[in-house]
Amino acid sequence: MSGKPYRVIGTRPVRHDGADKVTGRAQFGADVRLPGMAYGYVLRSPYAHARIRRIDTSRAESYPGVLAVVTAADLPSGPDRLVDLVEGTLPLSYARTNVLARDKALYKGHAVAAVAADNPHVAEEAAGLIEVEYEPLPPVLDVLEAMREDAPRVLEDLRMRQLGELTDKAGNIGEHFRHVLGDVEKGFAEAEVIVEREFRTVMVHQGYLEPQSATALWNQDGRVYLWTTTQGAFSAREATAWILDLPVSQVRVTPMEVGGAFGGKIRVYLEPLAALLSRKCGRPVQITMPRRDVFEATGPTPGTYIRVKMGARADGRITAAQVWMAYETGAFPSGQCGFGAICILAPYDIPNVLIDGYDVVVNKPSTAPYRAPGATQAAFAAESVVDELAERLGMDPIEFRLKNAAREGTRRADGLKYQRIGCVEVLEAMRDHPHYGAPLEGPNRGRGVAMGYWFNIGWYSSCVISVNPDGTVNLVEGSVDLSGTRTTIAMQAAEVLGLRPEQVHPIVADTDSIGPTAVTGGSRTTYATGWAAWEAAHDVIRQMKQRAALLWEVDPEAVSFDGGVFRSGDRSMTFAELAERLEETGGPVVGRGAVNPSSAGGSFAGAIVDVEVDPETGKVTVLRFTSVQDAGTAIHPTAVEGQMQGGSAQGIGWALHEEYSWSPEGAMLNSSLLDYREPTALDVPPIETVIVEVPEPQHPFGVRGVGEANIVPPPAAIANAIYRAIGVRLRLLPMKPSAVLEAIWSKEV
Amino acid sequence: MTREKVRVQTTINEQPVEFLCEPRQSLLECLREILGLTGAKEGCNDGNCGACAVIMDGRVVNSCLVLGVEAEGRRITTIEGLARGAELHPVQRAFLEQGAVQCGFCTPGLILATKVLLDRHPDPSEPQIRRWLANHLCRCTGYDKIVRAVRQAAAELREVRA
Repeated sequence: MSGKPYRVIGTRPVRHDGADKVTGRAQFGADVRLPGMAYGYVLRSPYAHARIRRIDTSRAESYPGVLAVVTAADLPSGPDRLVDLVEGTLPLSYARTNVLARDKALYKGHAVAAVAADNPHVAEEAAGLIEVEYEPLPPVLDVLEAMREDAPRVLEDLRMRQLGELTDKAGNIGEHFRHVLGDVEKGFAEAEVIVEREFRTVMVHQGYLEPQSATALWNQDGRVYLWTTTQGAFSAREATAWILDLPVSQVRVTPMEVGGAFGGKIRVYLEPLAALLSRKCGRPVQITMPRRDVFEATGPTPGTYIRVKMGARADGRITAAQVWMAYETGAFPSGQCGFGAICILAPYDIPNVLIDGYDVVVNKPSTAPYRAPGATQAAFAAESVVDELAERLGMDPIEFRLKNAAREGTRRADGLKYQRIGCVEVLEAMRDHPHYGAPLEGPNRGRGVAMGYWFNIGWYSSCVISVNPDGTVNLVEGSVDLSGTRTTIAMQAAEVLGLRPEQVHPIVADTDSIGPTAVTGGSRTTYATGWAAWEAAHDVIRQMKQRAALLWEVDPEAVSFDGGVFRSGDRSMTFAELAERLEETGGPVVGRGAVNPSSAGGSFAGAIVDVEVDPETGKVTVLRFTSVQDAGTAIHPTAVEGQMQGGSAQGIGWALHEEYSWSPEGAMLNSSLLDYREPTALDVPPIETVIVEVPEPQHPFGVRGVGEANIVPPPAAIANAIYRAIGVRLRLLPMKPSAVLEAIWSKEV
Repeated sequence: MTREKVRVQTTINEQPVEFLCEPRQSLLECLREILGLTGAKEGCNDGNCGACAVIMDGRVVNSCLVLGVEAEGRRITTIEGLARGAELHPVQRAFLEQGAVQCGFCTPGLILATKVLLDRHPDPSEPQIRRWLANHLCRCTGYDKIVRAVRQAAAELREVRA
């Protein structure tokens, strides 16, 4: 897009933390070293569902080198209350129970006890000496089976929330919600073509490379200091304080560099355990998860069952859509089915919609967000049906989508009416891209497309900017930097201040050093914390104008600031010249920004993919992949492309080979990075990117968060491409070779 | 299990180094816990992610699969030893300029693997690059910008050598 009035925004500077990241100097969670630090190890349940009869820690406690042992008996057990732990409002008891099992182990890998020792090997050996008497119970592992009246109960106290009201209905359904728009019966009656299909996806993991690691010091003054790899210093502070029944201000969280998160590093797992162990032994304690625990005991993302029925007229207008969706949330309820319901039909203007959603608990790890949580599974279902409808109508799949595309003013079934959005622009960019028109020759090759949406969030952020006498500024922010947001935030401040990006020195602070800032998630950081930086920078300019006015003996209103220069009449001073004279004009200039936008503009993404299917082995090879996404305004285009490429690669892995494999008893069978197949450099093609820019109407620079929507289209686009290649529709993820072969064989019979 | 320690003499980043370790400790654990070289990362501890890769006698090895005692008499390069004074190695600079770093956790291993690749193959093709790096998982980038960084570094190093 041309003609943007910016000097800094839209450029591609090297990121501020770059040197640290390429020299090994960056400190991730497990890189923390404190004097006298001990190491922890967590003992976990070997059963997916079992009553815990007795825990005897005496042999472990007397093992040489052991400093402390904790069990659920060491956790506070005060009255329960509802708490907002970022991912939804849940009873505090659930958060505590996920940290340490009390009466029942709810999934294989559920923490049962933790040990601290002089070194991690001794801690692990001692954990093996803890005697736990289990009474195994039958587990429930499938979302539809769990919904049956006679299914084993995961949580005895769970009562279903039905259409917003808490009922007394016990079972495994945490919530049933419904979105209604228009009248689906009437809509289907108007349709000339109706397609109804069911889809299954299985649990997958965010797959970040850095395992969870937390270090805690319960100081002798009663304060708890944490160093941890988390997406949110403040959310980790709250969760840890609530679980330990401490005032939040008694906990200080220093967020370390984060080696990938994608939603999986919001919840606390190890922090309260490390803190309790530290309280017992009086030394700092570090616990790092082995990879097996990352798979078995953190939050993967739900497997799903989704049924979609959609009808359209012969002219290509969709008249009605009905969705029935059930998400397995793992051991505790989560809000992800609700997110999926918001996103499932988001790219379309459909007059008649009925969506029923169910959150269902099962004896698997408690699920957590994964990049556009809930949306990828939903789009796999809906975008497959949309593709089939287009085919039945004899329409081009992009033209069909354009004909029904959501735009400003479109109302979604969950109630929201869109402000300015870029759905049409993304579809047009896909249609016009050379990839879409390129010939695709050869047998068993096909091209597919799909759309995806993530709504993005606003939420609270704080930022402080102080002016250095050399004309640069220091920027303190509370947003954990997962992928380069120090720079995207600093660039927004630099744009306001007339500085170059490298003249802004950003730092991510601990929870004692900056105002509250919500989690780095929901694609909010460049949006909301960038907005806070914009405010703080304007606060700096306002104060600097006063200083110039003082020197020039004019009214502050008479001072202007443009392009890095203060002016009044024929007098002028650069930002740097004035920065040198702050001491004589009243002292330091410190700007402040604090924002709390209640909403953010959503981002649409589309994918075009070419595949080749080997009909002998069932292997699907991705030949070419193009990702298109609305970034609002791309602050740092390289960073935007990086998000699009990373999300696309994750979507390709989800589509073709990533899955949790389970034994009938509920044990994960592939809890290593050898057997859980994340894409390697050989599994993905070069991922082409097209950044669409439809500015978000509220944000000062028009930013839309870009972290998430890009993962949503790939599985559906690949399924649609496979159909074009071999005439078989796959409705189960992952579309691994055995699934492709079975689909081919069942078609041929 | 025995906790008796063994003395190991080795060369790390061109400096002679001597340390005591338990026979069961991996080279990765020795680097991180005994020698304070935390640039090598533990992602899986079973040789499947490449985050712990270091260069040993000119070869890329997963340091989690090498015992500390096996370092005896070897020459090891870790990510901490790549830059020359205040100057980044061309591979490090290329990773930054191409945006090949997102979270940065896999980066040390990938940079060291790239250095060895380019020492052996000054002008690798894209398939060659992808095959060479396939031992290293990166969950953030989708690999595209990493491949570009390798090509940039290759071109710069060829120019320096020419």
